[in-house]
Amino acid sequence: MLEKALTGGKKYWAWIIFLLVVIAVGFMAYLRQYNYGLGLTGMSRDVSWGLYIAQFTFLVGVAASAVMLVTPYYLHDFKKFGKMVILGEFLAIAAVIMCILFIFVDVGQPMRILNVLLYPQLHSVMFYDMCVLCGYLVINLVVGWTTLAAERKGTPPPKWVKPIIYLSIPWAFSIHTVTAFLYSGLPGRHFWLAAIMAARFLASAFAAGPSLLIILCLIVRKVSKFDPDPPGVGAIQSLVKIIRYAMIANVFFYVCEVFTAFYSNIPDEMAAFKYVFVGLDGHTSLVPFMWTSAILAFVGIFLLVFPTRKNKVLLPIALLAIFFANWIDKGVVLIIAGFVPNSFDRVTEYFPTSNEISIVLGVYAIGFLIVTILYKVAISVREEKAQ
Amino acid sequence: MSINRRQFLRRAGVVTALGLGGSFVINGISGKKDVVAASEYAPSTQGLKANHWAMVVDMSKFKTEDDFKRVIESCVSIHNIPDFGNPKDEIKWIWEDDYEHTFSGGDNEYLTEDFKKLPFMIMCNHCENPPCVKACPTGATFKRPDGIVDMDFHRCIGCRFCMGACPFGARSFNYRDPRPFIKKIDTDYPTRTPGVVEKCIFCVERLADGLMPACVEASKGGLIFGDLDDPNSEVRKIISTQYTVRRKTELGTQPSVYYLVGGGDHA
Amino acid sequence: MYKGGRIIASLIIFVAFLTLPFFFNLGKANAGPDLPTYASSSDSQCVEPAAYMKANHMQLLLKWRDSDVRDGNSVYINSQGKSFDISLETCVQCHTTQATKNTVGVNNPALNTSDQFCVSCHNYASVKPTCWNCHSGPEGATK
Repeated sequence: MLEKALTGGKKYWAWIIFLLVVIAVGFMAYLRQYNYGLGLTGMSRDVSWGLYIAQFTFLVGVAASAVMLVTPYYLHDFKKFGKMVILGEFLAIAAVIMCILFIFVDVGQPMRILNVLLYPQLHSVMFYDMCVLCGYLVINLVVGWTTLAAERKGTPPPKWVKPIIYLSIPWAFSIHTVTAFLYSGLPGRHFWLAAIMAARFLASAFAAGPSLLIILCLIVRKVSKFDPDPPGVGAIQSLVKIIRYAMIANVFFYVCEVFTAFYSNIPDEMAAFKYVFVGLDGHTSLVPFMWTSAILAFVGIFLLVFPTRKNKVLLPIALLAIFFANWIDKGVVLIIAGFVPNSFDRVTEYFPTSNEISIVLGVYAIGFLIVTILYKVAISVREEKAQ
Repeated sequence: MSINRRQFLRRAGVVTALGLGGSFVINGISGKKDVVAASEYAPSTQGLKANHWAMVVDMSKFKTEDDFKRVIESCVSIHNIPDFGNPKDEIKWIWEDDYEHTFSGGDNEYLTEDFKKLPFMIMCNHCENPPCVKACPTGATFKRPDGIVDMDFHRCIGCRFCMGACPFGARSFNYRDPRPFIKKIDTDYPTRTPGVVEKCIFCVERLADGLMPACVEASKGGLIFGDLDDPNSEVRKIISTQYTVRRKTELGTQPSVYYLVGGGDHA
Repeated sequence: MYKGGRIIASLIIFVAFLTLPFFFNLGKANAGPDLPTYASSSDSQCVEPAAYMKANHMQLLLKWRDSDVRDGNSVYINSQGKSFDISLETCVQCHTTQATKNTVGVNNPALNTSDQFCVSCHNYASVKPTCWNCHSGPEGATK
């Protein structure tokens, strides 16, 4: 089926070449970092994780969000998602690969990365995170590919994939839960040390991931003859409801955290929240980001609660608002603010370097390339069937 | 007898799998003949031993700036610690900071500025429940039976999970090649490669040679090092009879570095 | 065969490229590694017999490393019952030449000069040991 990705129009190839150029730039930037060390990034002794790990965290959520289509479709026989579910699974594949790449570019000794397998440490959450992520990648590759291949032949998917599909549901929850445990189990990092972290991660994932998916579906509808949500089906509007409730839950969880920190009045609990909302000791670099995120979150919820969600122009705006609200919250603020203030109650700020940003863009370009190729295959199969 | 592409791929796959699997099995059965039967490994005979190494920092002995400098320099010189001249890439094993920031959270607003700025000696706490060891995905940082939280620079992949886990900011990462920034390389101790984490290791290499940690020797009695499990050791006597404090005990990591404040007349 | 001619031609070109190095070196004598003559002390027995060391020094070094760093066992008792301090210095005390008195880290003899013990073989085998990236070279042994 992969050969279908090799035929396409001018716009398709222009897009592919554009992505390849971005990847090449990112790769050159990575070579520089590989030779010099992570000193080329903005990370420091005090803020020892930066954009890379933040993107990893955010993308685990995007990967997990495929479950919001898989569960209704396979478990509850919710037929509306029939045409979209494969797009969710393929998005998950790209997201997990990006996660793995972000971890890879973040480690100081990439040639030793297999030490995680050679000397597995059962007390380290990172070991479990690696297991669940790799497992999730395999599950989605197998499920996505076999169901699409069966569809191409016009047969129902083979019986043996059914259990794997069911397995993918708890597995999706596990990848984001374990990722949250990476942070929420660390003593002395009060911004992360919260029981609600895993729940908040899942809520934000189930808002941001499907938002991205609907935007991708709208693009697919525009650029191809395949419509993931044909008139009268209403798959997108059903997903919008899920996004809306997930986002409301996410904001609610966040408010819970803010309440606990400020009503208890414990200085360590409040410090990071102060840093992101009003600045700490005169350091305010994240304040504009956090407020943008907060405003986008409320704008998004507002537009999705009211009938504006059915408006063709306002719906994409609302989805983009929700996507970027979550991206800023998890993909920028959460990881960096976890290191502020540092163990000595001092504020060290973090600013990514251009080299670091090039690498981030390069990894995203790889992800988009994978999404493009997989979606091209899926769309071609569907177009072929339609004829 | 013609086969289609699918059959060809399947057969090729089976042959490859058989070949690879077979080689593993054969290697497994024959085993590696690398063992010289009679060889053994033993600890060095002159090494210092303990059940739980711990340190007492007697702040009354740190009076002048020179007291701190001498101690820090003793560590920097023998462990090949680089000086990059910027806080971003900085590598620290033992250093000084003031009371206000070392024991952050417990300050009262009426403390005089002098007291707030009182310098303290800081290093890895060698916790009994080290969060860094729990976090490490490769076992590159590990707790020895004698209580020391050690580093295996060979195994570290540089994921910096331990730096996030440590509540004491005791860990440093080699953001770049340290060698050009080492004043004088001491050939008795390795330098580090870029991309690994490092920290104070209570001079395990010196303990194995029967020597006290370098900082302890240089401190002229300001740092007292010994076995916490031995009721007759000096550290134990001080800790059990005088008022000592530890950093962030509320986190339950059980630091092995104790600060003796306002003491001075210990045994 | 569909497009059979092209496929076969491409295969021949591919195989030709693949085997080029073999044909290139065909009939040339292999000189082998340029083994150094190093200043050996009077009892020239290595920690284990030379044949064993030639085949297994890397495994032994890895075991030494784990034993010393992780298990705190810094003494190696060999098959003849003789004890050795686990350290690369134990190696370079013998395996060193007079040409190796250089500044550590700047011009590390273990990496750069061809008459040094490790490099002579390792260059030949095109395997780069990473030991000397951190550990000081044989200079330590001359102290």
